[in-house]
Amino acid sequence: MSAVTPEIQRISGLRRFKDKGVQVLVYLAFAIAVVPLVSVLWMVIANGLARFDMEFLTHSMRNIGARDAGGGAYHAIIGTLEQVALASLISVPIGLLTAVYLVEYGTNGRLKRSISFFVDIMTGVPSVVAGLFILAFWILILGMPFSGFAGAMALSILMLPTVVRAAEEMLLLVPNDLREASYALGVSKWRTIVKVVLPTAFTGIVTGVMLAVARVAGETAPLLLTVFFTDSINNDPFSGPQMGLPLYVFDQAARPNDTAIDRAWAAALTLIIIIMLLNLAARLITYWRSPARKR
Amino acid sequence: MAKQIEVTDVDAYYSGHKAIEGISMTIDARAVTAFIGPSGCGKSTFLRTLNRMHEVIPGATVTGKIRMEEQDLYGAGVDPVSVRRTIGMVFQRPNPFPTMSIYDNVAAGLRLNHRYSKSELDGIVEESLKGANLWNEVKDRLPKPGSGLSGGQQQRLCIARAIAVRPQVLLMDEPCSALDPISTLAIEDLIAKLKQEFTIVIVTHNMQQAARVSDKTAFFNLAAQGQPGKLIEMDETTKIFTSPSQKATEDYITGRFG
Repeated sequence: MSAVTPEIQRISGLRRFKDKGVQVLVYLAFAIAVVPLVSVLWMVIANGLARFDMEFLTHSMRNIGARDAGGGAYHAIIGTLEQVALASLISVPIGLLTAVYLVEYGTNGRLKRSISFFVDIMTGVPSVVAGLFILAFWILILGMPFSGFAGAMALSILMLPTVVRAAEEMLLLVPNDLREASYALGVSKWRTIVKVVLPTAFTGIVTGVMLAVARVAGETAPLLLTVFFTDSINNDPFSGPQMGLPLYVFDQAARPNDTAIDRAWAAALTLIIIIMLLNLAARLITYWRSPARKR
Repeated sequence: MAKQIEVTDVDAYYSGHKAIEGISMTIDARAVTAFIGPSGCGKSTFLRTLNRMHEVIPGATVTGKIRMEEQDLYGAGVDPVSVRRTIGMVFQRPNPFPTMSIYDNVAAGLRLNHRYSKSELDGIVEESLKGANLWNEVKDRLPKPGSGLSGGQQQRLCIARAIAVRPQVLLMDEPCSALDPISTLAIEDLIAKLKQEFTIVIVTHNMQQAARVSDKTAFFNLAAQGQPGKLIEMDETTKIFTSPSQKATEDYITGRFG
């Protein structure tokens, strides 16, 4: 061995300097990342609070003239909740089953690889294309009317890949030991998946689904082409035009009067609050279901 | 409850690569059989062929005959799920189900297969935990998660879970390698107790352990890296550890290799 015998030394000045330098950079990066988040929240809250009142939450825009104050987004809130719920109802089961197939059944087969490939492609589909597809296929070719359901279908196209990827990641995280432990007890494969694998991945899947919901709840483009605009309340997502909060913001913000601009800000605030509440609900569900709570 | 297993000329493969070759042996009922041998010699692979867990791995296949009493485990139309129900398994690392309580973990194998009444389940859970020498330690916290137990307790929980489904045979794949000496002793005591009821097969790297707990010992070895593992010899444990008939066995147990 020709190496110099190592000896215990003081930390060199250069290393200390590098350490501090990198530390400063990391904090700086964090601060820069937080700036847009905080400023968006701040702007929306500051501008939205002016019209964020009971009237806004309980009234539609029916019979509100172009320059009138008042009016609200009740019809849009209903629309967004129904469309997002329907979109989840379509995409969560399909997405979850796809992920189960990819992780548990598709053993490097051609089908698995092609599904994976197409999910990746779907992730990259621009949201307006999803809207266009539903417009062309559902509304123009099949001759269905504009409706909340058509919007929900467009949203579910955007949700699906996110749900598949999130659920797939979570299922892959479930240790193989648990599957083997279950098989070794003489439990069949599908029961192992339903009773052991899915419950273990449950919290992660819920978080992933919530991220997907949050993403599509703010989508404007697919709704633009599928649900049409309306100022009235339409509780039935399966017939007739329906409003959505992102559309409402888009519509109101394009108008020249301050009353409309204020409504747009309030609607943006409402949308953020709805997504926050949904996230909170998901957190509560996962907290309630987590094994640590029973300790 | 316990049954004898008869193995004839078993080969096992991982996607075409032969891992073990030409293994034949008889595993006695109500006795402990230990598998020893250097790493990679196919002990665990062979153990997993016994309850058809080997084929769970994609691309893994088995040829040869394994009979339990008069039943061919690899016969046409035999449901591997039912084979695993009859031949239970305990793994190297304790793996209780993290989402389930201690009680649910023990009841898992029963619940996932049939419907049982609450009182029936209570009885089996208590009996199994007692059987695994764990009842006194956990009886006051059955509804708490199994992941809160110590490593040794978790392993005994896994044993309780395995015996709760009343198997004929219990396979143990290095059940003590992740445990401290005191927990190891607890498991070894347990093995001595369980052999009155079950046929037990244990894979171990610890030769003292094999000498302590087993009635018969099988020594596995491989000719060279990449070659399939083979059974070198199998005999009464006392004979293997005092006067083995093969040179390789003697070299291994006296610590000359492996």
